[in-house]
Amino acid sequence: MQTIKQAVAGTVESSDAQVMILPQAGGLKITLDSSVYDQYGQHIIALIIETAQALGLDDALIKVVDKGALDCTIKARVETAYYRAIGQTTNLPWGCSKWQ
Amino acid sequence: MAVTNHIRRSMIFLNTQRAALVKEAFVYHPDCVIFDLEDAVAEGEKDSARIQLYQTLKNVDYQGVERWVRVNALDSDLINEDIRAAVAGGAEGIRLPKTETAAEVQAAADKIAAAETEFNRPVGKTMMMAALESPLGIMNAYEIATASDRMMGIALSAGDYTRTMHAKRTVAGTELFGARSQMLIAARAAGVMAFATVYTDTDNEAGFVDELRLIKDMGFDGKSCINPKQIGVTHAVFNPSAAEIKHAEHVMQAVADSKANGVGVLTVDGKMVDIAWVEGAQRTLKLAQAAGIYKGALV
Repeated sequence: MQTIKQAVAGTVESSDAQVMILPQAGGLKITLDSSVYDQYGQHIIALIIETAQALGLDDALIKVVDKGALDCTIKARVETAYYRAIGQTTNLPWGCSKWQ
Repeated sequence: MAVTNHIRRSMIFLNTQRAALVKEAFVYHPDCVIFDLEDAVAEGEKDSARIQLYQTLKNVDYQGVERWVRVNALDSDLINEDIRAAVAGGAEGIRLPKTETAAEVQAAADKIAAAETEFNRPVGKTMMMAALESPLGIMNAYEIATASDRMMGIALSAGDYTRTMHAKRTVAGTELFGARSQMLIAARAAGVMAFATVYTDTDNEAGFVDELRLIKDMGFDGKSCINPKQIGVTHAVFNPSAAEIKHAEHVMQAVADSKANGVGVLTVDGKMVDIAWVEGAQRTLKLAQAAGIYKGALV
């Protein structure tokens, strides 16, 4: 299990998403508040889980407020919050498969 | 030099920190976008902007719009990661800010080459341009422009330049005349493109058009923009007019005819022309073709 601290990334501006990661044992738990929940809620939750698992994040509470962000923005905000949570800002693994 | 045939009338800055700005800027049809990781991005959001940059480069189809990245300054602790993200994402070019010497260009080029190797991209493919923002940068413009085969162009950035010159910004741009002239001469001597600084009074379209006409007449290739509404105006001014296209066609046709007839100097549209006019006519037609307003066969 990775050692993480609470971290947040993104904003609640239109087309953005705010992602908060909190340490929590017992697997991944996702909460989503989205302006397009009815149409895309399940897709966004699946995207968050997929992105987190690709990063190796298996135990955490991830709270997301989505304001109509593109998938790539949601991924970017989850990734940013994750790297802030583990305290890494340089030597990121750009270009490896989990970043696609 | 890495000029390529891409048309670059407009280059619009986008604050990469802001998702709404980077998600679909291609809809405004700029020739180039510049994803900004430098001044527009808050100090505590550099990491977030960088990751947003990478995901945008990898996942948003910019439909042929050339994608540049303004990285942080060479003496910052941010530039290495900026370049790694930009190159891994496949940006066409890197814009280096606050450039004052050829050595700085070479140092940045080395970092780009290392990133290209690390991320299995063709070494040498990523272009560069340098922003000149100080008297020393202007003085060294030719050396900067010729410092690397990656160099596509040089650009004037007036904010810091004016400050370091102890000058006052004027509507007419008098304080920039020396810098514009000197960097343009350097760019032409080096065989790279030249770009004018942003026009910050976005509500003053008449003033913007006046400045566009000035820099176009001086010989600049394009303009840095900060607002989507500046793009169409910039293209309208930089595009050859119908009369200019027609005259260029007449020159090309007349020179071809004169070669066949053994005549060296001739009259076209009431003006005396000779072989020296051909290059300008070709440039006009190529620009018109690239802008989609010339379909003829004389290019």
